[in-house]
Amino acid sequence: MKIPPTLVSWLQVGPTALLLMFFFFIPMLVVIAVSFFDYQDGSIVETFILDNYRDVFTSAVTLTEYFNSLKFAAIVWALTLLIGFNVAYFLVFHVHGVLLQIGLFLVCTVPFWTSNIIRMISWLPVLGKNGLINSALIKLGIINTPLEFLLYSDFAVIVGYVHLFTLFMVVPIFNSMARIDRSLLEAARDAGAGRFRIVYEVVLPLSKTGIALGSIFVITQVMGDFFVVKVMSGSQSTSVVSALYNQVNALQYPPAAASAVCLLAVVTLMVAAILRVVDVRKQLAS
Amino acid sequence: MTNDTTPPAGGISRRHVLKGAAAVAGAAVGSGAIQGFPTIWAQNIKDIKLLHVGQSYSAIKEIGAQASKDLGFTVEIQVVDPNTQLNRLLTQPKTIDINDMESFDVKRLQGKKILRPVNVKEYKLYDKTVPMYTTGKYPDGREVSRQGTSPFSVQYWADKDGSKLSHYQATDWLTGIPMIYNADTLGMRPDLVGRKIEHWHELLNPEFKGKAALVGYPGIGIMDVAMALESRGDLKYADKGNMTKAEIDKTIEIMIPLKKSGHFRAFWEAFDQSVNLMASGEVVLQSMWSPAVTAVKSRGISCYYAPLKEGYRGWFSLLSPMAHLTGLKADCAMQYLNWYNSGWQGGFIAKQGYYSAVPETAKNFMTADEWGYWYEGKPAQADIKDPYGQLMDKAGSTRDGGSFWDRIGNIACWNTQMDEDKYLTKRWNDFVSA
Repeated sequence: MKIPPTLVSWLQVGPTALLLMFFFFIPMLVVIAVSFFDYQDGSIVETFILDNYRDVFTSAVTLTEYFNSLKFAAIVWALTLLIGFNVAYFLVFHVHGVLLQIGLFLVCTVPFWTSNIIRMISWLPVLGKNGLINSALIKLGIINTPLEFLLYSDFAVIVGYVHLFTLFMVVPIFNSMARIDRSLLEAARDAGAGRFRIVYEVVLPLSKTGIALGSIFVITQVMGDFFVVKVMSGSQSTSVVSALYNQVNALQYPPAAASAVCLLAVVTLMVAAILRVVDVRKQLAS
Repeated sequence: MTNDTTPPAGGISRRHVLKGAAAVAGAAVGSGAIQGFPTIWAQNIKDIKLLHVGQSYSAIKEIGAQASKDLGFTVEIQVVDPNTQLNRLLTQPKTIDINDMESFDVKRLQGKKILRPVNVKEYKLYDKTVPMYTTGKYPDGREVSRQGTSPFSVQYWADKDGSKLSHYQATDWLTGIPMIYNADTLGMRPDLVGRKIEHWHELLNPEFKGKAALVGYPGIGIMDVAMALESRGDLKYADKGNMTKAEIDKTIEIMIPLKKSGHFRAFWEAFDQSVNLMASGEVVLQSMWSPAVTAVKSRGISCYYAPLKEGYRGWFSLLSPMAHLTGLKADCAMQYLNWYNSGWQGGFIAKQGYYSAVPETAKNFMTADEWGYWYEGKPAQADIKDPYGQLMDKAGSTRDGGSFWDRIGNIACWNTQMDEDKYLTKRWNDFVSA
């Protein structure tokens, strides 16, 4: 029996499509529906209102939160890209032997062997007023009073994010770089290109897919986070999701749904923009 | 395919018959109609399992284990966070048998037929309950503060259906039995502050800039600030536990510049965060819970739960059977409620610094020295240990804040959910994102 090719494609797409249908699209539709409802005493009142969206768009807090989240996303993206690119480059081009490569790659994942919460909390004794860094600096006589900005600050939030998300940049970039044909680098060298020029004109363009995928991972994670912001800033800083989380805690689901829908729209636009710059599909297919 | 898990279609399985018989027998025993059938009761109840769902500080598995041992049926304890609990109550009430929650949430359950009102006649320890629950007064006749959700305001339903609360008016129908409660204040590091702290306004004192922390729950955090503002003379609230929009606005307007100036080192939302902030010396003065203070002390670091002139912020929890319970299960639930305040639980939580609603029963499960330390404010004769045997305080020390009535008798306002809850959440978000 020969299965017609169109049916084959449907069968291949089917399971994923069904999964997305039930666990993403339908819940998403529910969230969108709820965002137009009213609420009272922890219950949802099914009357159509636009107040939830009006509150999102007219509140000054929304702006501050988006500004905060976008700021974090931009800084963290730049740092993880810089670090991730270099780590991947080192692993691919400077480490010889697949075994050693895999070994070092595993070393990169060591921090992920424990939970997110533990990883965040372990920063506290390092960055605190009486923490490792401050007491070392004081003992060395470099400073007299502890540096307070190290913990419970935007600085601490960024440290936390970079620590958590750099690996998400390393993996896809590593993957892209590993596919680069070494003879291209030799050709560039033979043609007289220096080291930096090779990186800039050969490696970088050929790693674009990895960078794009890594960027999507990092940016969506930062935009969707509230936990790292909460712990590392001592709840002093907020992200879009932390306000949403406060609303969920107060059982105010409709306004939370409205901000979720807005955030989804913003993040979708960001991802679309990244995909517009880099055609991931074309690159992956090649 | 068919086995004993699927009853034959249209028929009645053995199990069903037994269940029915058990329910009838249970109802008979429970109602006191038949006396002298303890063996039947014991056999029927041993398969009963009640799920007690509550918060980390009150839903303690040792208490469930002891209840199971004393009562002959199983009480299983499940700890969830307050929001999950409220969510389950409202959307899947059948996933809970015994509901253990902080007082003010009962306001959201009026007329919903989720909790089963408890007839005072069925609750045997009703007459021995601390009178602030049943009359709204202290034993010396003073009226208990009515700011926020005070015990007497949510203790009674107006009718047997629980259609609405009977505020400050006793009826025959309890919303639940009063369980764990305490008086909260500011915790401090005496070694780092170096002087006495006697007023709430110290929380906002510039001296502690960058060294003060606040609890991060909007409804409680704003009340601690309100205590401080009233103490400093900035504002006078009609009811700190139920602020008007204008009062919320004024409070937040004062808090925002404070936050911007870096006055608060952090806002904590979990018990262990508050412990770490204090133990590490990140902060020297903050909102705190009593067991958090002892947790800091148990690390050998000095910490003081400062009694303040303006009084404490009180809170309490209620234990209620769920409306979906019927027959034998409902009877067992009532047995459990009657067991709950009969002493063992009170003795256990006393050693964590909490109080029992029927202190005289708890006394039987404490040594004279423990009773003296925890309830009477007397110096400890021997080292004071928590229920797990950990050192809480050394011999010779007295409890911070003193005796039961020194602490509970001096509550200025109660944890609550304000009427302007929506507005408060919104303004609190303004504050934390400022």
